[in-house]
Amino acid sequence: MSVENPVEKYLRIDRMPHIWCPGCGIGTTVNCFARAIDESGIPMDRLAVVSGIGCTGRVAGYMHVDSFHTTHGRAIPFATGLKLAAPDMKVVVYSGDGDLFAIGGNHFIHAARRNLDMTVICVNNLTYGMTGGQLTPTTPEEAIASTSPYGNFEHPFNLPYLAESCGAVYVARWTTYHVTQLKKAMKEALLKKGFSFVEVISPCPTLYGRRNRIGDSLDEMKTYKTRSQIKNGAETKDVDLGMGGPIVVGKFVDRERTTYQDAMEAFYARKLGDRYARASR
Amino acid sequence: MHADPAGVLTGAHFFDGDHACCEGALAAECRFVAGYPITPSTEVVERIAQRFPQVGGIFIQMEDELASSIAIAGAVWGGKRAMTVTSGPGFSLMMEHIGFAIMTETPCVFINVQRGGPSTGLPTLPAQADMMQARWGSHGDYEIIAVSPNSPQECFDLTIEAFNLAEQYRVPVLVMMDECVGHMMERVVIPKPEEIDIYPRRWTNAPLDEYLPFAPDQDMVPAMARAGQGYRFHMTGLTHDEKGYPDMTVSGQARLLGRLTDKIKKNAIALTDVVSDQVDGAEVVVLSYGITSRVAQKAVQMLRAKGRRVGSLRLRTVWPFPEHLIRDLATKVKAFVVPELNLGQIVREVERCANGTRVVSVPHAGGTVHDPAVIAQAITEALR
Repeated sequence: MSVENPVEKYLRIDRMPHIWCPGCGIGTTVNCFARAIDESGIPMDRLAVVSGIGCTGRVAGYMHVDSFHTTHGRAIPFATGLKLAAPDMKVVVYSGDGDLFAIGGNHFIHAARRNLDMTVICVNNLTYGMTGGQLTPTTPEEAIASTSPYGNFEHPFNLPYLAESCGAVYVARWTTYHVTQLKKAMKEALLKKGFSFVEVISPCPTLYGRRNRIGDSLDEMKTYKTRSQIKNGAETKDVDLGMGGPIVVGKFVDRERTTYQDAMEAFYARKLGDRYARASR
Repeated sequence: MHADPAGVLTGAHFFDGDHACCEGALAAECRFVAGYPITPSTEVVERIAQRFPQVGGIFIQMEDELASSIAIAGAVWGGKRAMTVTSGPGFSLMMEHIGFAIMTETPCVFINVQRGGPSTGLPTLPAQADMMQARWGSHGDYEIIAVSPNSPQECFDLTIEAFNLAEQYRVPVLVMMDECVGHMMERVVIPKPEEIDIYPRRWTNAPLDEYLPFAPDQDMVPAMARAGQGYRFHMTGLTHDEKGYPDMTVSGQARLLGRLTDKIKKNAIALTDVVSDQVDGAEVVVLSYGITSRVAQKAVQMLRAKGRRVGSLRLRTVWPFPEHLIRDLATKVKAFVVPELNLGQIVREVERCANGTRVVSVPHAGGTVHDPAVIAQAITEALR
């Protein structure tokens, strides 16, 4: 007897096997994402996934929805144009920490400031996987990367704090150990109007775990289990990540702000009256 | 199909080239513009910002030119006609997304109101020094379409043409203005909507489960879908197959690049748009484009007044370069004279096609237009 995999219809099965390494966490996040879409009730034909470049940048190509694999760092501005042109689409940006916060950092802060109605999912594996394990803006202090062979002396970003400061209306962080909570956070983010942000701490055993003596992916799961502290509503300024110490996870922000598009339409209607012509699809 | 009357300001106007460009975009049914302020192109987006809310358009001032140049791609895949507008350093920042639009066959328009460079250069003063960057500025091999208006009227006309070519060939089309045509004010006549031809988007009508987003029609250009129609298509800047899936093989690369370049190269004659004046029987032909063509015209008249047979060939479409015309003329004329507001860019193309016929460059580092006497002097020497 064959049993249908509930996730299968959300994936491009004709593209399997995927390119991710054994033990990589990205596939786990995609599994959670597919289940979150399923539970959200958002029709697949109303969902678009936009990715930048890198290991997580390949997610768009595996999702069986309208999907866009764009340029390095620029998934958010592509998604901005897509969402403004097609406001009936739910637009999800799915990318990695290097793509979204190094080369793409400027776009993240402005999309959050504008409160564009989109969901950004960041798989934060603390490194550039596709290019061989270099330092990213989220690599913890002391961590070894191929471009920080003696360890990292830069201060990393605290992503939930950054997202909240810039105006995101929904901010959550989980690890790939917390699949149930992650799925729920993704679903909440998908259904939240405005700029929602989910950070997923995810293992890269091949290029980060090995260099930093974390062990294999199972060992990394064990560290997520022991280090994680669930603190819903925690102050985002207090959730930065180090090499050791706690990984504070939970839903940190859930608030209301007028979205870019609602603000634009209400503003022009007020200022221009009958002269305002709303954009049509 | 004809233009949507909502965006067409039919009548005679007194516009600068930047404003005329904006009106051309509106007439061409552009309804999404993303831009970032930069002199001397800013007046285009200022007028867009004022006009768009009244015609159902969306203008967004992005955080930089990288964002602007890919936001338009997002809007195109959401169903809009879209463009971005920039100058000098902004054009440099947009190069990656010109390549992205080439690779993903995203029809869109880039307006570049050229100023002096390199770097910050001469922000308020003219140059035509981005002509080779327009051709080769993004990495990788590709073919591109670029037009060069020489008046506010042509800023209007060629912006419409740029949108039409973008849709026909599914490529980014570059409108290579310069500070002079951008800021000079002249009469601009906008026709009635029914007199403006619009090339419609090549929407697919394939059944949902049979659509191949990058399978070409007979003219090498694929039909397009937009997000939300149920096709659940994929697009990528990676080398890809007809499904849009990554295909990073030697044969896949050869096949895709072959088609992306052939769809322009094999239509180079159809894409040729030049204005010839007394070229037949000319001893010397002056080849020019953009604002320099108007200065060159003065020099040509000076020589003709002395009884010399001087022809003029003005390029309205610069890329693809009209090789066939130059190769043919090279067998008939004594020399070509090529004035341009740069240190010698398009002259290289003329040399490449002249097959040994003499080619005289009349360079200018930019900041103002040529003195017609300098061009006249070059023509006189070429006639010897």
